[in-house]
Amino acid sequence: MFGFCTDPDTLSTLRWFACYLTNGAHFLFYQSFLVVFALLAITAPVSLAFGFGAAAASRARIAPLRWIGKTYTAMVRGVPDIVFFLFFILVFDQAIEYLRHRIVCPDWTEPIRQGANFLVCDAARTPQGAAPQWVHELYGFALAVFTYAIVFGAFCGNVLYGAMRAVPRAQLETAEAYGMRPAQVFWRILVPQMWIYALPGLSNIWLILIKATPLLFLLGIEDIVFWARELGGSRTSAYQYPHPDWRFWYFLGLLVFYLAFTRVSEIVLDRLTVRLSHGQATMAGEEQRRAARA
Amino acid sequence: MSCWVTLQDYGLRSLGYGERLLPRADITLCEQAVLIGSGMIWNVYFGVLALSFGFVFAVALALAKNSDTWLLRKPATWFIFLFRGSPLFIQFFLAYEAFVLLPRVGIDINLGFIEITAETRWFARAWLGALIVLFLNTSAYAAEIFYGALRAVPKGDLEAADAYGLTGWKRFRRVVFPTTMRLAWPGYTNEAIFLFHATVLVFFSSFPAFQQRGDALYYANYFADRTFNPFIPYPILAIYFIALTLCIIWGFGAINRRLNRHLPVENRARLRIRPNIIR
Repeated sequence: MFGFCTDPDTLSTLRWFACYLTNGAHFLFYQSFLVVFALLAITAPVSLAFGFGAAAASRARIAPLRWIGKTYTAMVRGVPDIVFFLFFILVFDQAIEYLRHRIVCPDWTEPIRQGANFLVCDAARTPQGAAPQWVHELYGFALAVFTYAIVFGAFCGNVLYGAMRAVPRAQLETAEAYGMRPAQVFWRILVPQMWIYALPGLSNIWLILIKATPLLFLLGIEDIVFWARELGGSRTSAYQYPHPDWRFWYFLGLLVFYLAFTRVSEIVLDRLTVRLSHGQATMAGEEQRRAARA
Repeated sequence: MSCWVTLQDYGLRSLGYGERLLPRADITLCEQAVLIGSGMIWNVYFGVLALSFGFVFAVALALAKNSDTWLLRKPATWFIFLFRGSPLFIQFFLAYEAFVLLPRVGIDINLGFIEITAETRWFARAWLGALIVLFLNTSAYAAEIFYGALRAVPKGDLEAADAYGLTGWKRFRRVVFPTTMRLAWPGYTNEAIFLFHATVLVFFSSFPAFQQRGDALYYANYFADRTFNPFIPYPILAIYFIALTLCIIWGFGAINRRLNRHLPVENRARLRIRPNIIR
């Protein structure tokens, strides 16, 4: 990238690192960090929405709705999450192809499951075989995001359900005494107050979500782990530069990245806790009130 | 082929005994259940050993983090942050790459002692290398739990110990340690469950499964790839893990009852099992 990189003398100097770390393959590596951030940016709000829905459903007065909410939040107990990731990716993929198959090719007579094969008509292939590479990649990424959102939505559901139960009962009773309808009590009293109780659990889930992002690699996405392996390995197809096995250093870089990311998140979440404690009927809120009065 | 024969052929396949070739075509439900169950041996092996060694180290780490001495406190704090702040997945990768690099370094330093080179090669194998990573990881997580409990030991307990004239090691062993364990045990139970769940990452991340001797997820994934049908192997794996989780809850619950046996019934700490969580 730099002008001095064309000069062979730089090979023995420190500037060589500047040249090495800015070559084309490394920019692809840096771009793959965006994949991680994109995953986080999409998954966090979606799984929060799923969790909110699940928690609200768990409190519903209609029994079937309550059962759905409880089953969903109980789903993630007892089984390693990576199993869910691997399971859902395949299930969604097959479900989409199956549904499209039923719509696009209604006159198809052969069974879809033939022994070890899952056969649908060509028009139902998702994405189409002739589609450009980026469509395939985007489809895989979308499946991964959806899977993450489902699993982490169940975590959030657990936390939000607990937070809703932690809001003092007297607050809700007061609202009812003022003649609010159940929906009004929920939206005006319960929801604004529950966040401070949910925050410790939610910040925990956020840190866990950060630490779950390298699992994207297992789902076949070209993320930072993929590129670290490709660039660090001594003979890989994606990277032609001959060098010894440097994967250790690349993974060390990833480790530092994750540690820094975790630390920054912790600091931000601590500040958010202070903000949300404002005016709450908790110990932290009471301390803020006293400090402001003094 | 009856299921009994399958059990004889594949029951210990994950350890390298029995039939060499994995089933390829016409995979039966029995074969899937037996092989995935065989893989569970590895999950239990990693979980039990890492937890047992990790418990001792975690107590030491928690005490070091609580220490007044800078030289003890800082390294313990950094160690805990290092292993809790980064993904276990990356830790496995990094450890594997480091262990693979070891022999060259070892030969350079030790001038080619045969025992040393043989030993350093074992680090790159899952049974030792992954165990070390899991041991360090669970130590860090458990140390944070124990540290929190240590800070939460009631002041009255310590004053009572002082009143009885207990000091130093005796005070720790008779008062501080039992109370810490009692307070930490529900959290530590969750940690144990997560650790067993984390063992599925061993063969899936970096450590190669030598001669296809893998853990439960390795075989479940093998079947899902072979049959292209996720609805059988993954639920089997889930059933095994739920059974394992119930065993852990039962065992740790028994210890919890023993730790709390002197307290009035309403004051006893209940085990609250949280949903599992990736590390």
